[in-house]
Amino acid sequence: MTYIPHSPKERDVMLATIGVKSLEDLFKDIPAKHRFPKLDLPPALTEMEAAAELAELAESNENVRGDLISFLGAGAYNHYIPAVINHIISRGEFYTAYTPYQPEISQGTLQAIFEYQSLIAALTGMDVSNASHYDGATAAAEAVNMAFAQFRGKRKKVVISPTVHPQYRAVIRTYTQGMSLELAGDNAEADLESGPESLASLVDDNTMLVIVQYPDFFGRVYDYTELIKSAHSKGALVCVVTNPTALGLFKTPGAMDADIVVGEGQPLGIPMWFGGPWLGFFTTKKSFVHKMAGRLVGETVDNRGQRSYVLTLTSREQHIKRERATSNICTNQGLLALASAVYMSVLGKNGMRQVAELCYHKAHYAAEQLSQIEGYGMCFPEPFFHEFVLCCPKPAAEVNAHLLEHGILGGYDLGQDYPALKNHLLIAVTEMNSKEDIDTLVDALSEVDHE
Amino acid sequence: MNTPANLKYTKSDEWFDSASGAMGITDYAQSQLSDIVFVEILVEVGDTLEVGKPIASVESVKASAEIYASAAGKVTAVNSGLADKPETLNSDPFVAGWMVKVEGGQAGDVMDAAAYEKYCAERTH
Repeated sequence: MTYIPHSPKERDVMLATIGVKSLEDLFKDIPAKHRFPKLDLPPALTEMEAAAELAELAESNENVRGDLISFLGAGAYNHYIPAVINHIISRGEFYTAYTPYQPEISQGTLQAIFEYQSLIAALTGMDVSNASHYDGATAAAEAVNMAFAQFRGKRKKVVISPTVHPQYRAVIRTYTQGMSLELAGDNAEADLESGPESLASLVDDNTMLVIVQYPDFFGRVYDYTELIKSAHSKGALVCVVTNPTALGLFKTPGAMDADIVVGEGQPLGIPMWFGGPWLGFFTTKKSFVHKMAGRLVGETVDNRGQRSYVLTLTSREQHIKRERATSNICTNQGLLALASAVYMSVLGKNGMRQVAELCYHKAHYAAEQLSQIEGYGMCFPEPFFHEFVLCCPKPAAEVNAHLLEHGILGGYDLGQDYPALKNHLLIAVTEMNSKEDIDTLVDALSEVDHE
Repeated sequence: MNTPANLKYTKSDEWFDSASGAMGITDYAQSQLSDIVFVEILVEVGDTLEVGKPIASVESVKASAEIYASAAGKVTAVNSGLADKPETLNSDPFVAGWMVKVEGGQAGDVMDAAAYEKYCAERTH
């Protein structure tokens, strides 16, 4: 079979078959001005010239591995990525983004996904993980789909904390258009200083799902056990959006009795890549597995009694269940799920805890130093993980512009999403930030104050 | 194929027992679905059933099917034990595998056992 379609000879055969003389005749119903335009392209380059030009373009990017010191997080985190990850995922046997349908020839990939699921379930403290979604935001939206399916559309209200990532909330709104749902809790007037208990009062007999983030978008760590208990007393499910790095150190959402735990897998060995592709993880309790969207790999034995892996419970999926399926998504991020599985297995339980501790201690050192600068202070008194909100004496955008002049990528300007917080910077600190980096940030901000 | 003579049958392979008000899926249906791994009863005690509305969702290793009410009436009992033992639908679809019971059940468009056997035989060719 040839992989070059449409040779001139084949085109002639096809044109003759349908009774058209030339390509020009085939397209004559399309007005000339709407046809493919003449492209004004420069002369073709040799490979050597093209490589040089692309290298020059790439150099205009400023990266966080040498060009800039970064304290920017807000959903994308700069972590160390062990070299072994790229070596393993680049192997020909693994190097595809697609889910394998044929167990006869895909045991390696299926086992890798099974290991990924097992590791994610252990990390979140949940019973079962699917083979992943596109990213954290779409995984959160699938939690809404699952709750909707669980109540068969009889409950119509979703309570969302205003401190769930703003982009995740936007994606949930996009996904749920046309489902006639009531989304409550994250309106513009929401009290950002109140804790999870304020959400409990919004949960009623029509509520299918409560969504909170852990740590929340402002980095604050709450124990949601009481909120979850209260939501369950109304019959509602609870979804916790979480940061996997934090789970190396903190109580798991599973231990809080969460029904669904989702999140962004990017911190697990995946580069920030200007926003994607990333990895959405999705876990739930065993009793909800038939309502879960997405692929699922299970372990079984073959007809010789050997351990083997297959896609399982597929009859709940869209290609069989059609419009009655929970979601129309049944793909996954195979390659990036593998990257995160390699990351977790290379670090191990102790390594995951060490990374989390480094982030925690460095962030707390940074918070202590920064809040001593005149005019700056910690906005919230709650415990935090590796991210915190810094109140500034002037708009965050101006502070960031000043920092960039010093080679520092500052924090996330919260005024973009919360108009009342325009003087507030969300600062993220990971194991990649040295003490010198943090001291450089403190010095640069001290200067802002004296301008 | 087992087709008890005291039951009535729908074209979508459900049965109805007018004496007890019970309904479920037929032996033919379970053999077509093969190994059933998941059953979810979609109605609750007190619901009013209409003929042809879904009462349960069933998943086997190879297919997923909605089960429709073979009779109208008010639900007096649901077989919640099926959720933990979905394989009951394969082993005993007419007795232990009952799904929903109604009172004052009015069957819809149903056949007797002989007509249903003929109907199944026609489809297997």
